[in-house]
Amino acid sequence: MAQSHQASGIQAGRLPAEDIATNFEDLHAPFDAHEAAVAADRCYFCYDAPCMQACPTSIDIPQFIREIQGGHPTAAAKTILDQNILGGMCARVCPTETLCEEVCVREAAEGKPVEIGRLQRYATDALMEKGAQPFTRTDATGKTVAVVGAGPAGLAAAHRLAMLGHDVVLFEAKPKAGGLNEFGIAAYKSTNDFAAREVDWLLQIGGITVEYGKKLGDALTLDGLSQDYDAVFLSIGLGGVNALRTSGEDVAGVADAVDFIAELRQSADLTSLPVGRNIVVIGGGMTAVDAAVQSKLLGAENVTIAYRRGRDAMGASRYEQDLAASKGVKLMFNVMPKAIHGDSAACEIELEYTEIVDGRVTGTGETLRLSADQVYKAIGQTLEGQPSALDLEGGKIKVDEAGRTSVAGVWAGGDCASGGEDLTVTAVAEGRDAAMDIHASLMG
Amino acid sequence: MADLTTDFLGIKSPNPFWLASAPPTDKEYNVRRAFEAGWGGVVWKTLGAEGPPVVNVNGPRYGAIWGADRRLLGLNNIELITDRPLEVNLEEMTRVKKDYPDRALIASIMVPCEKEAWQKILPRVAETNADGIELNFGCPHGMAERGMGSAVGQVPEYIQMVTEWCKQYYDRPVIVKLTPNITDVRYPARAANAGNADAVSLINTINSITSVNLDAMAPEPTIGGKGTHGGYCGPAVKPIAMNMVAEIARDPETAGLPISAIGGITTWRDAAEFIALGAGNVQVCTAAMTYGFDVVKEMISGLSEWMDDQGYSSIQDFKGMATPNVTDWQYLDLNYVTKARISEADCIKCGRCYAACEDTSHQAIAISEDRVFSVKDDECVACNLCVNVCPVEGCITMEEVPAGQIDQRTGEVVSDEYGSWTTHPNNPMAVAE
Repeated sequence: MAQSHQASGIQAGRLPAEDIATNFEDLHAPFDAHEAAVAADRCYFCYDAPCMQACPTSIDIPQFIREIQGGHPTAAAKTILDQNILGGMCARVCPTETLCEEVCVREAAEGKPVEIGRLQRYATDALMEKGAQPFTRTDATGKTVAVVGAGPAGLAAAHRLAMLGHDVVLFEAKPKAGGLNEFGIAAYKSTNDFAAREVDWLLQIGGITVEYGKKLGDALTLDGLSQDYDAVFLSIGLGGVNALRTSGEDVAGVADAVDFIAELRQSADLTSLPVGRNIVVIGGGMTAVDAAVQSKLLGAENVTIAYRRGRDAMGASRYEQDLAASKGVKLMFNVMPKAIHGDSAACEIELEYTEIVDGRVTGTGETLRLSADQVYKAIGQTLEGQPSALDLEGGKIKVDEAGRTSVAGVWAGGDCASGGEDLTVTAVAEGRDAAMDIHASLMG
Repeated sequence: MADLTTDFLGIKSPNPFWLASAPPTDKEYNVRRAFEAGWGGVVWKTLGAEGPPVVNVNGPRYGAIWGADRRLLGLNNIELITDRPLEVNLEEMTRVKKDYPDRALIASIMVPCEKEAWQKILPRVAETNADGIELNFGCPHGMAERGMGSAVGQVPEYIQMVTEWCKQYYDRPVIVKLTPNITDVRYPARAANAGNADAVSLINTINSITSVNLDAMAPEPTIGGKGTHGGYCGPAVKPIAMNMVAEIARDPETAGLPISAIGGITTWRDAAEFIALGAGNVQVCTAAMTYGFDVVKEMISGLSEWMDDQGYSSIQDFKGMATPNVTDWQYLDLNYVTKARISEADCIKCGRCYAACEDTSHQAIAISEDRVFSVKDDECVACNLCVNVCPVEGCITMEEVPAGQIDQRTGEVVSDEYGSWTTHPNNPMAVAE
């Protein structure tokens, strides 16, 4: 018997299984062939296309859309994957509204861009349905590369290196590869176990050995890797989570949003996943939105995102904000956590209104309280467990444009490295580009 | 409200929109529906001689090409003339004409090129009280191989001969339908005129293969692994039809010969353009076959509204107004100089004008770092390609360089006098003014 929205405390099964299934369906249904043809036909095939410029992986978007128009989605997929081997996932999770689609000339002309993301998915799905990996390895170089972290950056680097003939060992701390694709993105953006299927498909190229349960720090050291391999690529992500530094932070019911999302993504049965009646998510990025929306979809009655600055400063795009609002999440701006109340478990959160004074968030003294049996912290992740030999910049591993760290023979990319936005697509670009530089360095 | 009533060869119809002789007019049921929808007239599907009717293929008979969102742009068919007995068609025509006396009903006819065959069928048609006949000299497939259709239409002497027979044995208007599958449409039109035809109608369909099935390696429509050329029609053929209509309208030998225009008419605007080129009415087929008979309603309301806006009270008011402005290339004014102008406010920065000009034309468009596109007057030859490839209507326009100003491309002052190739110094056959 399903619990209701109103059941107090943290309960599993607030919604019947069929509602949960509906709620966690694809955010955007895939195009059928005719829809894809109509959507593709809207592309103007721009000269020096702005969309391509806006894509962190520089996918030749007009070219792939033209290939869809020509009836060859698999050729389109090849064009995409040439630049972005995780083009399938990026088609699902890229904030296209702030990237390619934002600068689409049809966005300027009529406020309705060509649906590049969905077309990319149409193409990559068509290719992946065929199952085959379209890339092959060149002759073996005899060189070996260690890649640490099997998230988007590590996978992109490993694939490119393998393609170029190097032998790659990919070390992953968790029992599954994929990084945030597998553990950190809303389930409705990666349905039917897509992240894992994409990894399996990617690894078909060969030449990549994955060693699970291997984390930098224990038996795995940078020195050791540097000795054992011809090059090292670090893509260890951001393992730490910022603390609220608020009283009551340690009571039960207060958790990291990333942990909640990971648990949800790995849950075999969402009806068994407990969720509170009243939930407050602290933060303003994509993680906050993913945690809030999924809480709502699990059946929480009241879900609030509390963000300490104004709407415009929010990390989540306007599209994501609207998505949250459409699912019934309440967005509160200019409020910051002051205290979490509750003896052994959270029951209320006290928020203080803020104003921005000289660019700094400042409390006004006025407070309010919201019922909260769960509080999710989503105020940013931090680098954790990085080798001490590496120079840092802005709290991340310092790299140059090619991904080189301060230590010779060691490259880094993805969220753990400096530069670029913390997006899947950016991580792929960094992994790919570092791989090319590693290749040049090894073969030079 | 403008009066759309049309008098074509003395045949009155409430509007100039007739359905062309084709599948939509093959039988009473369809024609009644057409008249109920508002069509001004129909040309009944072509009748053949008495006796066992022709047979059609039993596989697919249409092929097509499409634009965006599968909008049908061109249709081809391998259907023949009516495959129903002559007697049945004549009975139905008689009934329909009786019930719709205010609509035009024309009998399309195709019988062998023998006097007796025409002598035989014409009185039968006359008995139906049809308003006139149309001679099908255009059908490009199936019948041509039997010495009919376009096989007649491609030989001006035959056209004149058969037209004369019809004028001799039939006392109502005779319209000669012309095939476009010839080199110069003026010759068959002149032949029809010489045979005393009351009007010509054009164009019939164009020989075509619309597509090749790359799996079957055969043309579409494919029948048992084979295909054949069909007759092409629909929006794609309109430019070809308009040129042929204009050629006949401005040919001194046929000027004034009434024209019923056919070819891709889909909206009121298409009809208005044909009428402006000299047509007295229009015939429609593909638009009806694509969307059903109700398309005529927009044609009627659209033409009427446009005529009201222009102050035209009848079709006659603008009929042929564009004909005098159709000329030969050699008479075009070479002193008329224009330059492309790109409206930065309207530009959406797609860069198609740049790609088109830079790659395929005259390198006359500049692109700035922030994607502002501008025309280089010293390179622009005013070809207009940028206007045509721009997705934003009105964003790029052609602006006249006034007389007295310097054309930056040639460095010469623009003359205020008319000057064509006929008098140009580079023309070895130039005549002194």
